Amino acid sequence: MVQAVLVMLAVAFIAFTMFNFVGDPVAIMAGQDLPAEQRVELRKTLGLDDPTPVRFARFVANAAQGQFGLSYRTTEPVGRMILDRLPATLELSLIAVLVALVIGIPMGVFSGLYPHHWISRAMMTVSLIGISLPTFLIGILLILIFAVMLGWLPSFGRGDTVKIGFWTTGFLTVSGWKAIILPSITLGLFQMTLIMRLVRSEMLEVLRTDYIKFARARGLTNRAVHFGHALKNTLVPVITITGLQLGSIIAFAIITETVFSWPGVGLLFLQSVQAVDIPVMAAYLVLIGLLFVLINLIVDVLYFVVDPRLRSQGAKAGAK
Amino acid sequence: MTSPKLLEVRNLRVEFPTRRGTLVAVDDVSLDIAAGEVLGVVGESGAGKSMTGAAIIGLLEPPGRIAAGEIRLEGRRIDNLPYNEMRKIRGRQIGAIFQDPLTSLNPLYKVGDQLIETILTHLPLTQAQARDRAVKLLEDVGIPSASERINHYPHQFSGGMRQRVVIALALAAEPKLIIADEPTTALDVSIQAQIITLLKRLCREHGTAVMLVTHDMGVIAETADRVAVMYAGRIAEIGPVQDVIKRPHHPYTIGLMGAIPTMTHKVERLTQIDGSMPRLNAIPKGCAFNPRCPKAFDRCYRDRPDPMPAGNSLAACWLVEEKAHV
Ligand SMILES: Nc1ncnc2c1ncn2[C@@H]1O[C@H](COP(=O)(O)OP(=O)(O)O)[C@@H](O)[C@H]1O
Ligand code: SF4
Ligand SMILES: [Mg+2]
Repeated sequence: MVQAVLVMLAVAFIAFTMFNFVGDPVAIMAGQDLPAEQRVELRKTLGLDDPTPVRFARFVANAAQGQFGLSYRTTEPVGRMILDRLPATLELSLIAVLVALVIGIPMGVFSGLYPHHWISRAMMTVSLIGISLPTFLIGILLILIFAVMLGWLPSFGRGDTVKIGFWTTGFLTVSGWKAIILPSITLGLFQMTLIMRLVRSEMLEVLRTDYIKFARARGLTNRAVHFGHALKNTLVPVITITGLQLGSIIAFAIITETVFSWPGVGLLFLQSVQAVDIPVMAAYLVLIGLLFVLINLIVDVLYFVVDPRLRSQGAKAGAK
Repeated sequence: MTSPKLLEVRNLRVEFPTRRGTLVAVDDVSLDIAAGEVLGVVGESGAGKSMTGAAIIGLLEPPGRIAAGEIRLEGRRIDNLPYNEMRKIRGRQIGAIFQDPLTSLNPLYKVGDQLIETILTHLPLTQAQARDRAVKLLEDVGIPSASERINHYPHQFSGGMRQRVVIALALAAEPKLIIADEPTTALDVSIQAQIITLLKRLCREHGTAVMLVTHDMGVIAETADRVAVMYAGRIAEIGPVQDVIKRPHHPYTIGLMGAIPTMTHKVERLTQIDGSMPRLNAIPKGCAFNPRCPKAFDRCYRDRPDPMPAGNSLAACWLVEEKAHV
């Protein structure tokens, strides 16, 4: 927990420095022809002349409430802009991770159980391609095949969305589902191959352990040995990697969102970089930092659920 | 022989095909185990003891394979059964206990669940009956407050206690034979004797036969009915334990017995004979023991001896034949 707070403070500090050293906000906001005394006035009202620690404290306090000021580009509140775009990115990332897990784990299990089967060899070769092709190329290829040539799926946007509270979801419309297929595959493909290879190598490792040998020696069925005993033991590293990857999926959604004009925070970030829209960039940075920290916490909790050894250690540590 | 044979191994050969040729890990091994009998198996590391055990229970790891010979359980051939048929024999007819109790149990499951799973795989019981049986098994292997401990995970047990759990698991479906491959080597010296005593008692009570692989001649002397001495993948000598210990015929066994200290300091390794066992790819022509044998003569470098009758035992040594002819 302490670590999580420290990480967030560090991220906030970087975002804060960006604010202060990349361009003069007054110059950017006020334009060239503002008289000098009014500039001084503006600096005061904005609190820009306060000592750095004070300003940093203020930045953190505001950020904690989701306030990052106004966008230089659109003059909308940055918090609102991000919040509007966040559902698109989270839905895309979620589907991408599901695609990666639902396809990657069974493929990994199969190729771990039957490493010499031709299907396993084929999957390993294909996964090598998945790992080495850059994301944008995969996206463009998919668009070329399924949107341009076959015309089955849309090549950009989210389709129709439905608003539930502040959350706009594409999960309730057919066009929303159609629109998310290509981007989520593009975004999830790399993770899918990663998870497949991870599950495969963990599976091969676990199948060599004494407890698997002993499980076989007790006459347990292959199903019990493979899926009850072996698979569960491969899950600990899979959870770690999936958690870490979920963070990077959200972060790397920038590329996929750009290729598919997906209206998420990644696309927003890219537009903001082009416009040197510092508040939005800073807010995005803080948001990504926050997501990473949250995901790490969830991963830690999942460990406890899966691995009883950690559970008892945790109970001891918690009692202190 | 008066008692019917539970297990018969005939001319077993286990090979490992490798890029540099085929390694023969077990060569022409024949042995019997009667119901309820304890057969001790001794020999230096790499002699082929574990591979013999793995072949019997059908768990040789590829590329290792049975290249020749046959294995019969109560007269039924089991070395060529389909996987699922052999699986039903494992645990139910033939159980196994391995060397390291710390790694034999799945860390993610409660010991009770591992017991119940094993019981339900082989016996037609309900979940509740299986649970009662699991508690009873843990009590039998001397785990205090078994009905609570059943809900504990392996890491919550000490090494000795874990090996007791492993024994309970091996006995869960009342197999007729247990292959115990160095069941105490990984344990603290102070608890080795307890575990052996427990194993001996349980197997006597249940009438279970045991193939007990060990380095410890003291354990063999106290526990085994018969003993097989292995060397370089073959049987050097096999016979009733008192004969092999008091009247060994094979020079290798004689060397081993010289290496047994008195009963008071037991934990001797079998390494006191000069030299070491040849590697599998460099087994000498003739008798595999000839480079280390103090009594080797010309024939030993020419022909390989098969086990031949020597008193109540069988010994694979040309000296036996010489003596018989003299
Ligand atoms: N995977 C393998 N490939 C090649 N040789 C092996 C393999 N596993 C075991 N062996 C060989 O089989 C022989 C017998 O091993 P083992 O039965 O484990 O000996 P022991 O249990 O008597 O110490 C050893 O010499 C070992 O080198
Ligand atoms: S056959 Fe020859 S070399 Fe082998 S043990 Fe007997 S005497 Fe020694
Ligand atoms: Mg061994």
